[in-house]
Amino acid sequence: MIAVPEQVFSARRIGAMILRYLYLLRGSWPRILEQAYWPTVQMITWGLVTQFFATNSSWVAQAAGVLIAAVLLWDVLFRAQLGVSVVFMEEMFARNLGQLFASPLRPYELVLALISISLVRTCIGVGTAALLAIPLYQYSIFAMGMPLIAFFANLLIFGWAIGLVICALLLRFGLGVESLAWASIFAIAPISGIYYPIATLPVWLQPVAWCLPSSHVFEGMRTVMFEQRFDVDRFAAAAELNVLYIVLAAIVFLRAVEVARARGLLLQSGE
Amino acid sequence: MPDPAVAVEGLSKRFGAVVAVENISFSIEPGSICALLGANGAGKTTTLAMLLGLVTPTAGVIRVLGKDLRTDRYSVLARMNFSSPYVDLPQRLTVAENLDVYARLYGVRDIQARVTELGRHLDIEGSMRREYRTLSAGQKTRVVLAKALLNRPELVLLDEPTASLDPDSADRIRQYLVHYQRSNGATILLASHNMTEVERVSTQVLIMRSGEIVDRGKPMHLIAKYGRTTMEEVFLHIVRNGDPADRQARYSVR
Repeated sequence: MIAVPEQVFSARRIGAMILRYLYLLRGSWPRILEQAYWPTVQMITWGLVTQFFATNSSWVAQAAGVLIAAVLLWDVLFRAQLGVSVVFMEEMFARNLGQLFASPLRPYELVLALISISLVRTCIGVGTAALLAIPLYQYSIFAMGMPLIAFFANLLIFGWAIGLVICALLLRFGLGVESLAWASIFAIAPISGIYYPIATLPVWLQPVAWCLPSSHVFEGMRTVMFEQRFDVDRFAAAAELNVLYIVLAAIVFLRAVEVARARGLLLQSGE
Repeated sequence: MPDPAVAVEGLSKRFGAVVAVENISFSIEPGSICALLGANGAGKTTTLAMLLGLVTPTAGVIRVLGKDLRTDRYSVLARMNFSSPYVDLPQRLTVAENLDVYARLYGVRDIQARVTELGRHLDIEGSMRREYRTLSAGQKTRVVLAKALLNRPELVLLDEPTASLDPDSADRIRQYLVHYQRSNGATILLASHNMTEVERVSTQVLIMRSGEIVDRGKPMHLIAKYGRTTMEEVFLHIVRNGDPADRQARYSVR
């Protein structure tokens, strides 16, 4: 007998899928470069803006690097979402979904593989930009210490949740909704308070903003940078919302797989 | 008596108002090669997709290798495999990488030895380091077949396995499939439009038309039953009108 016994949850199968995505990444240096390109361009732009405002804005002058930290953390959210949805789209472009869903790989194992590779891609992209900020602007986001881990984790999970919902839409509507993978996250950018406090938003919009884990993270980031304290309440609020959203997103994705099976969409997932 | 390798009872699939498969029942003996025939749109691919769990039936029961596909889908999927022109492999991975990933997904032990063995049998040894997208259609077909045999499946579902191969390559593949089936006691369900292939390798034939199974039996029995000389003539007769009295082709080519 050549095969090992079947398991309900298999690290081997998840590892196989992570390996598949690492093979893809390894085989193309433009892909690796692309991971770091936009975060670095963003970081350089906002670093220059910071240098300008440092002498023209008392708010920015109070906490040097607040805009660079904001753009780096925003890219954590963006890259985490892309890491899930773009990698899933690549399976659709390759017409590989039928192979995967007719193999012993469970849909939830695919989800775990997607979020694992998303973590790798996010670390490559944002990590490179964060390291380059040190010599370029003498700003190290790592100086934030433990709170940085809390912010990073919350933004990652929120990005995964959005990414999974986009995957569900891709399964349901096909590659016609491909642009959602790139553009949808920008809908929440204005109300996440990336570069300004949530209090800046119109009063009626503020409750909506507080429904986003990202708003709590960016507000918490400013508390750390301006007041040198970690706001546990903000962290708890972000974490609670993330638990809700990631569970809902996983349910939506798994439900989309079942609908795709019912409608015969898994054999029609290519271009 | 052993369980059938595949036992299907009252299987139907509707996509909205479109009836793809209508109340079909059949069983396949373990260790046999069964051909599923039918014109384009007859319901063959939908039937195979339901056997793979890729499409959920509207009605009916599927038992594969003695297990109910609804409740034991994943334990069964580990013991079977397939190839289909409707799916593909990641284009930018090399052949070796693709086979490595799928061997891990299927829990193959001693991956290197198995990949080498299949590479030799299917004549893809020289393509292992090439990206899948750079292969010819015939080479891709052989790689997909290698993937379909990685886990030494007890049941193999093959949709048009030799469609893009030249006659020499197709013949070698057929020989290897028969060798694989005999040496492993495997069961093969083969959807094909190549009637010579069907006559040569299959022990049982199911013929579909408009989502239904309209006839079945051993190739020689069907040829005798319809008073024809080849399976191709039987096929043409059945898919064109199904009337046993119709022996006249619309256009005679001589």
